[in-house]
Amino acid sequence: MVEVTPGTAVANGVPGPAYDEPPIIEVRDLNIAYGGKTALQGVDLDIYRHEIFGIIGPANSGKTSFLRALNRMDAFNTAMEVRGSIRLNGKNINDWRNEYALRSRIGVVFPLPVGLPLTVYENVAFSPRLRGIRKKAELDEVVERCLARAALWDEVKDRLDSLGSLLSGGQQQRLTIARALSQEPELLFLDEFSIAVDPVTTMRIEDVLKELRSEMTIVLVTNLVQQARRLADRTAFFLMGELVEIGDTEDLFEGKVTDQRTTGYIEGRYG
Amino acid sequence: MFAATALNRRSYRNQNVARAVFFLMTVALVIPVLIIVGTLVVRGGPALSWEFLFTAPRDNMTAGGILPALVGTIWLVVVALLASVPVGVAAALYLSEYAPDNLLTRTINLAIINLAGVPSIVHALFGVGAFVYFFRFGASILAASLTLAVMTLPVVIVATRESLQAVPQAFREACWNMGATRWQTIRKVVLPNSISGILTGVILEVSRTAGETAPIMFTGATAFVAFLPESVFDQTMAMSYHLYYIATQATDVPEQLTFGVALVLIAIVLAMNAVSIGFRVYLRGLKKW
Repeated sequence: MVEVTPGTAVANGVPGPAYDEPPIIEVRDLNIAYGGKTALQGVDLDIYRHEIFGIIGPANSGKTSFLRALNRMDAFNTAMEVRGSIRLNGKNINDWRNEYALRSRIGVVFPLPVGLPLTVYENVAFSPRLRGIRKKAELDEVVERCLARAALWDEVKDRLDSLGSLLSGGQQQRLTIARALSQEPELLFLDEFSIAVDPVTTMRIEDVLKELRSEMTIVLVTNLVQQARRLADRTAFFLMGELVEIGDTEDLFEGKVTDQRTTGYIEGRYG
Repeated sequence: MFAATALNRRSYRNQNVARAVFFLMTVALVIPVLIIVGTLVVRGGPALSWEFLFTAPRDNMTAGGILPALVGTIWLVVVALLASVPVGVAAALYLSEYAPDNLLTRTINLAIINLAGVPSIVHALFGVGAFVYFFRFGASILAASLTLAVMTLPVVIVATRESLQAVPQAFREACWNMGATRWQTIRKVVLPNSISGILTGVILEVSRTAGETAPIMFTGATAFVAFLPESVFDQTMAMSYHLYYIATQATDVPEQLTFGVALVLIAIVLAMNAVSIGFRVYLRGLKKW
């Protein structure tokens, strides 16, 4: 299952983040505003390949806006203004001639599961179809693989033709993860994915994420600081539109911080 | 404990009064409908026969049937739909799915609402000027249908836009995030889930189109032609105009005949509305969230 990508740092047989390579995402002086109201300002950060990058912070601190900017979703929201530079694989995302091609390689999982009003099968086949896959056998294969990886296949294999929205909340969230995986993403964004999911399912999904890290880069926005601790290699702390601190996750949790507000948040003194 | 206070009792009484008032208003709404339909059935019902439906009027409209008017109304409705549905649905898609929320969009939306408020006789005069004379269609089915289409466009646009906007935004976001374009999102997710509302709007438009008189009386409807229309450039009889004519212009028309025409006309409209409701119920059953 686990394969080592060349150039990836390897620790205990599990590929870790490729800190020795150029970053996959370079953000410089990112500012986001909605109709003149600042949501995020002056963010500089790098995210490396095969890293699980955690973002923690209270509500309204700009975490979701950050993900939306990386995805160029501002194209769909005229009120959203994004300034600064975001480079993906060294190339500014605004230089992508076809923004849809950019988004198609970025999987996104939302806080509340959004099962499209389609069958379970069609939910997962949606993105492959956009890529032009038409053959039934090929689609079947992608659907099964993605559902299996999202730890959902066994539960839905007998009702692929029923509506995705009829699944339970936890199943729907795994369905959206399967859908994100069907994009064969280079980047996987998870935005507080466990809000509507029970703890057991959350742990199963977390195990899946640890495995997926060998194939892709994961940005994990979470309001559960312990989830960041369990999963993230490095963690950034956003507070009221400001990137307060970014560091090795363990360091942050052990109190090796440069800004006391980080410790305050991690220890639950506010947020 | 649990004993009703004076306030509880007053709330309870007010609640019953409110319900009674609303119920009476609802009954008051139904009574005129029942009277109209009842009168038409009682006084026009005896006129109905196969001969009435399938022959042309005879003897200066004082005898015979309504076939040319019935066929003419179908022509008018179909041609009007062919013109207004594509334009209306496309405009609604643009306004709801593509247009940025700016001054121009808001102005267009306002214009649509105003278009819905323009009296039908004004539409009729517009139709005469634009379609009969300027485009030189003459008094014809085409000119009359286009006039009807312009008049009913707001209905289609508003109904379509409302049903598009009833599709949750989260579905669109999910599709966009997967790299789908706006058009792919519309085709695969938005339209399949709003088609019931769009069809309802279209059918309501049909019933309105079938009943209108003013927009067609100068643009293509005629009091009497013995033959059925063969192309969109022919003039035609129409149910609504026929009713107007025999009720107010022709002489010595048996009352039964007039009521019979009215009965058929209202039956068409009610049938279309019933179909619309049936569609909506059926498609709501298929709704996927």
